[in-house]
Amino acid sequence: MHVLVCGGTGCQASASAQIIENFQQILAAKGLQDEVQVVRTGCFGFCEKGPIVKIMPDNTFYTQVKPEDVEKIINEHIIKGRKVTDLLYMDPENREHVSDSKHMGFYRKQLRIALRNCGFINPENIDECISRGGYEALGKCLTEMTPQQVVDEITKSGLRGRGGAGFPTGVKWGLCAKNKCDEMYVICNADEGDPGAFMDRSIMEGDPHSIVEAMAICGYAIGASHGLVYIRAEYPLAIHRLQIAIAQAREYGLLGNDILGTGFNFDIELRYGAGAFVCGEETALIHSMEGKRGEPTLKPPFPAVSGYMAKPSNVNNVETFANVPIIITKGADWFASIGYEKSKGTKVFALAGQINNVGLIEVPMGTTLRDIIYEIGGGIKGGRKFKAVQTGGPSGGCLTEKHLDTAIDYESLAAAGSMMGSGGMVVMDDTSCMVAIAKFYLEFTCEESCGKCSPCRIGNKRMLEILTKITEGNGTMDDLQELRNLAAVIKDTALCGLGQTSPNPVLSTLDNFWDEYVEHVVDKKCRAGVCKKLMSYVIDKDKCIGCGKCAKNCPADAISKTDYIAEGHKLPSMVIDSTKCIKCGACIAGCKFGAISVK
Amino acid sequence: MAVIKLSEAKVNFIKDVCKSFGNKPGEVINVLHKVQGEYGYLPAEVQELVAKELGIPVSRVYGIVSFYSFFTMTPKGEHPISVCLGTACYVRGAEKVLDELKRQLGIGVGEVTPDGKFSLNCLRCVGACGLAPVIEVGEKVYGRMTPDRVKDVLAEYK
Repeated sequence: MHVLVCGGTGCQASASAQIIENFQQILAAKGLQDEVQVVRTGCFGFCEKGPIVKIMPDNTFYTQVKPEDVEKIINEHIIKGRKVTDLLYMDPENREHVSDSKHMGFYRKQLRIALRNCGFINPENIDECISRGGYEALGKCLTEMTPQQVVDEITKSGLRGRGGAGFPTGVKWGLCAKNKCDEMYVICNADEGDPGAFMDRSIMEGDPHSIVEAMAICGYAIGASHGLVYIRAEYPLAIHRLQIAIAQAREYGLLGNDILGTGFNFDIELRYGAGAFVCGEETALIHSMEGKRGEPTLKPPFPAVSGYMAKPSNVNNVETFANVPIIITKGADWFASIGYEKSKGTKVFALAGQINNVGLIEVPMGTTLRDIIYEIGGGIKGGRKFKAVQTGGPSGGCLTEKHLDTAIDYESLAAAGSMMGSGGMVVMDDTSCMVAIAKFYLEFTCEESCGKCSPCRIGNKRMLEILTKITEGNGTMDDLQELRNLAAVIKDTALCGLGQTSPNPVLSTLDNFWDEYVEHVVDKKCRAGVCKKLMSYVIDKDKCIGCGKCAKNCPADAISKTDYIAEGHKLPSMVIDSTKCIKCGACIAGCKFGAISVK
Repeated sequence: MAVIKLSEAKVNFIKDVCKSFGNKPGEVINVLHKVQGEYGYLPAEVQELVAKELGIPVSRVYGIVSFYSFFTMTPKGEHPISVCLGTACYVRGAEKVLDELKRQLGIGVGEVTPDGKFSLNCLRCVGACGLAPVIEVGEKVYGRMTPDRVKDVLAEYK
């Protein structure tokens, strides 16, 4: 018997380490430690209901487990074979308990290719990975295929870059392979910087060997013997597991010299990022690895010609690499049969925001946004109204109700004014102000702009100033036109991908939520109640009993007594001086009579 | 800029770190990671020493320290607090939590309380979006934060 406990970052934050410890202790106390193995896996994806505990082989999926529940699971399930019903997932529709994850709405429409091993294996144990087919693909490449055949197979599969831009992976490999050189590099871009995205992190935490294997395959295909992983220093668990995976692979002769006795040499080193979003751009990433500021340079020359240390280099994203081994073992035709039009295979998304089932999901390309949000995501939190879904992070855009039936692939998302991006997907309800969201992303871009080219450095700053002006109630209709003008110039003239796509959140909200911008500018109103300067706090004089608690709470001395005493009350009601009010909300929080509201 | 004399132990540690990377200019980021990991921040004196050891201008070291947000030139509090302002946390009300922290601590983002106990910073996504909004105190993650819970969390460290 196996007990699989999620060791992803989300579940670790909610005490999964304590759960594992309790399992080990209680099992040992009962003398069951040899019969039941406790495994700390990578992310199961269903973060909303974490921590997750799965019992194998009967595939029982326990949700929101607390450390004190462990004893019950052992006594009831492991010893007596009875499922602990109140820890099972409850279907929100028919309120029935579901024990097998296959029958849960969250998993039903998913197809796990890149995440195939996440949540199934102990990521710190190479044997478990091998027993699920790990390193089979590397063996096949080295013994049965020529490098050119490997490139051809990946090209035929239709795999495209999962970092967001969607460049065909096989073509990229082929371009690099042409530039034969004594020193070449395979680089894995693990600098996942999108706010609200944790796909790559979960893959590295849950299945690090698939990345090691894929990089070696790429090395064989293009003729490189050095691999480098550029990983964020903010991901300590992913770094730890990759280090273990690399050490184990070396020990098994799957990295190093003369791999599997074929004469092929390949090894991998880690390089640490230091918190710069622009380093997701491949030329900036390469400069950062060389110990310089992470500033992008013009392409060409492409890294395939002159990359790391001016040698030919091939840069792929983590999720792209995770797809490679299974394409080799199952074949390009199998992979190409999944997906939609020009986008093959699946895509992993980090589903977050105002949605019931937050988590990590993987769906075939071509799945609609509606299926993702309502079937897998379980709809909007608290039964509120769907307003927008943001894909592509700071480079993408906000899509609305009318886009819900769009089949997602690289082309359709771009046509709708957003982009695939690396896989962040944030759902918003009517409590989100779209002008404030556009401002939020622009603040991010301004902070992360490397400053090298002026359209990005100055243009985005100007756009942010205009948006700030609008959210403070000082905007004019001319400002909205100016936003469009600036956006067009930045898109056309910025040096790298970060700058060229930075106006997208503004443009897509201007297109899809024009009314909301006009409301901010003309009516000086924010319908979501987010923009503080456009709100006013009001006391209902007939509900106020005059207790004065609000005045005591007010840090700005903005509340005073009136001479009006409402019917049935003994004390005069209070009033807020809007010129002094700083809109902190302390008065509302303290009022037990519901007399204060925001207008 | 105040001149801080580095202790001999510190000087030796930094020299050893540089040496362990072969005093190669290309390893400057890795060196800075190691040094900051030990001392918590990178004051000017440390940068000067690193530059000298690696044989590069101080301006290049400073250029890197100021470029990457992971590196800092100000010391952190005993309990550094980081508020996640990733998109998921933002749409679930992280700003209100941040405002409450600022109010209760009486400091702004990037500052340290006068007693050196807490420092306040923002970061983008810790990858625990399922628990949004999230704050970190030291290494510990607090999920599903609300302004009301701020007081209780701070009380744990007082």
